[in-house]
Amino acid sequence: MKSYIRYLKLYLKMSEKKVKRRDFIFTATYAVGAVGVAATVWPLVDQMNPDASVKALASTEVDVSSVEPGKTITVLWRGKPVFIKRRTQNEIDEARSVRMEDLPDPEKDEDRAKNPEWLVMLGVCTHLGCVPLNDKGDYNGWFCPCHGSHYDTSGRIRKGPAPTNMSIPNYEFLENNIIKIG
Amino acid sequence: MSDHNYTPKSKFGKWFNDRLPLLSLANHLTDYPTPKNLNYWWTFGGILTFCLITQIVTGLTLAMHYIAHADMAFDSVEHIMRDVNYGWLIRYIHSNGASMFFLAVYIHIFRSLFYGSYKAPREIIWILGIIIYLLMMAAAFMGYVLPWGQMSFWGATVITNLFSAIPLVGEGIVTWLWGGYSVDNPTLTRFFTLHYLIPFLILGLVVLHIWALHVPGNNNPVGIDIKKPSKDTVPFHPYIVIKDTFALLMFMIIFAFFVFYSPNVLGHADNYIEANPMVTPAHIVPEWYLLPFYAILRSVPDKLLGVIAMLSAILILAALPWLDTSKIRSAVFRPLYRQFYWILVLDVLVLGYVGAMPAEGLYLLIARVATAYYFAHFLIILPLLGFKEKTLPLPFSISDPVLGGSANLSMAKSDKKEG
Repeated sequence: MKSYIRYLKLYLKMSEKKVKRRDFIFTATYAVGAVGVAATVWPLVDQMNPDASVKALASTEVDVSSVEPGKTITVLWRGKPVFIKRRTQNEIDEARSVRMEDLPDPEKDEDRAKNPEWLVMLGVCTHLGCVPLNDKGDYNGWFCPCHGSHYDTSGRIRKGPAPTNMSIPNYEFLENNIIKIG
Repeated sequence: MSDHNYTPKSKFGKWFNDRLPLLSLANHLTDYPTPKNLNYWWTFGGILTFCLITQIVTGLTLAMHYIAHADMAFDSVEHIMRDVNYGWLIRYIHSNGASMFFLAVYIHIFRSLFYGSYKAPREIIWILGIIIYLLMMAAAFMGYVLPWGQMSFWGATVITNLFSAIPLVGEGIVTWLWGGYSVDNPTLTRFFTLHYLIPFLILGLVVLHIWALHVPGNNNPVGIDIKKPSKDTVPFHPYIVIKDTFALLMFMIIFAFFVFYSPNVLGHADNYIEANPMVTPAHIVPEWYLLPFYAILRSVPDKLLGVIAMLSAILILAALPWLDTSKIRSAVFRPLYRQFYWILVLDVLVLGYVGAMPAEGLYLLIARVATAYYFAHFLIILPLLGFKEKTLPLPFSISDPVLGGSANLSMAKSDKKEG
């Protein structure tokens, strides 16, 4: 406030036309009006964000006991597919032997799969959100048919327009064969 | 609109017109002086008005039967097709009508490109047109989502995900657009609302588009300014009304062919499969009218840059009146521009073709070359051409090429004077 008054005095000195009390009232009115409009518009904008019922469906539990090595199952979580892949030793070795320099989005397989046998990952291509196909592409992982992104056996982007690796949701093993996602 | 004094003949008409000058407006529209050399490429404004009204009327009636809910939308569309009286007809007119609308708008836009209709003093008409075109694309995209088929769902997913390319706030914007963590029921209901709203926004902009047109009057195939009214003009009614009506009837024959003989040829079979968030169709393609831009999106290997390139490809059109430095409007008198014009037409068709093909190998290479050329046309060729090109002499009036022949150079003024 102090600096504003100083600015106002300076302005008064510099301008030949004196700032009148009415100018101050105009500016104050515009400012209050703008705040009022913003406060009114915000509920109309925010109503489009996820509502309470959408947020409530936050977690899913999956029994993975029937998944054979090398197979992938897909489950729905928050309206999005989640890939749960039981990887073979070959696939784990392949994922862990990649040099970091070869990765557009460097990330260690050890950080992506806490339990190396199980890769739990959002099955959403990071380019424009399609669902990549299992066991396809140049890196034996996933291939997105929409715009040609190739992912490796750790779900990391290797080739194509996708900017980042497929993301890993929060999950934990409840018992031996139950995974809780979210 | 103030260039005439009109007094209604009847006493009541005069009383009414003094209070609300609707009769003056009607008189302005019927007497509106139009260049007498307008060819059939100028009939697409009327055709587009017809398309808009058709979409609004069929859309209103479809909305009486459609249910915007993720569990019921797909079935309600089949209900329209099988149970509702003439539902199949109304839906096929609406879905093919979208394609016809875009067919007409592309001809309309390329007409402007050929005859330089975007140049001074018609820049505002042109920019309003580009805004209408953008809204048309938004309306068409959201309308395609409503049947809740596989292409609806995955088209919506891909297009809304374009916003995730924006740094920092992108993901938040996408969640906000969806109203959830994926395309789902909240997305469908808001798309239905906006799909209902946009045509009326377009209608309002069309009024402004025509209003802005009626200030300088129509451009014409020769592209020179004309005095109006004069021997170079004819009144809008009956001359242009009849010509537009004839062209509209021809257009409706093509329209009817699609509606009655191949109503699904412009659609995609996958959209008759209900939306499934677990499976992406093997080959996602947008509707044909968006393919050139889709090809541009895919030709750039970086996500953000791809989205920027695609948006720029559309928005660059708004800057066209200033990118084209030539003072000569019509390509008839621009021998070099004429050739580049047809190369651009070919380029856009090629982009459309590769947009429908998988993004790999030779197709990807062609898409990249065509994308580069598209931007080069607007950013390099057009600005330079205005300085380098030797244009042909312009006639004094549009009557001259008709009566004297363009070879009569004694009647021609040099392009220096015009420029």
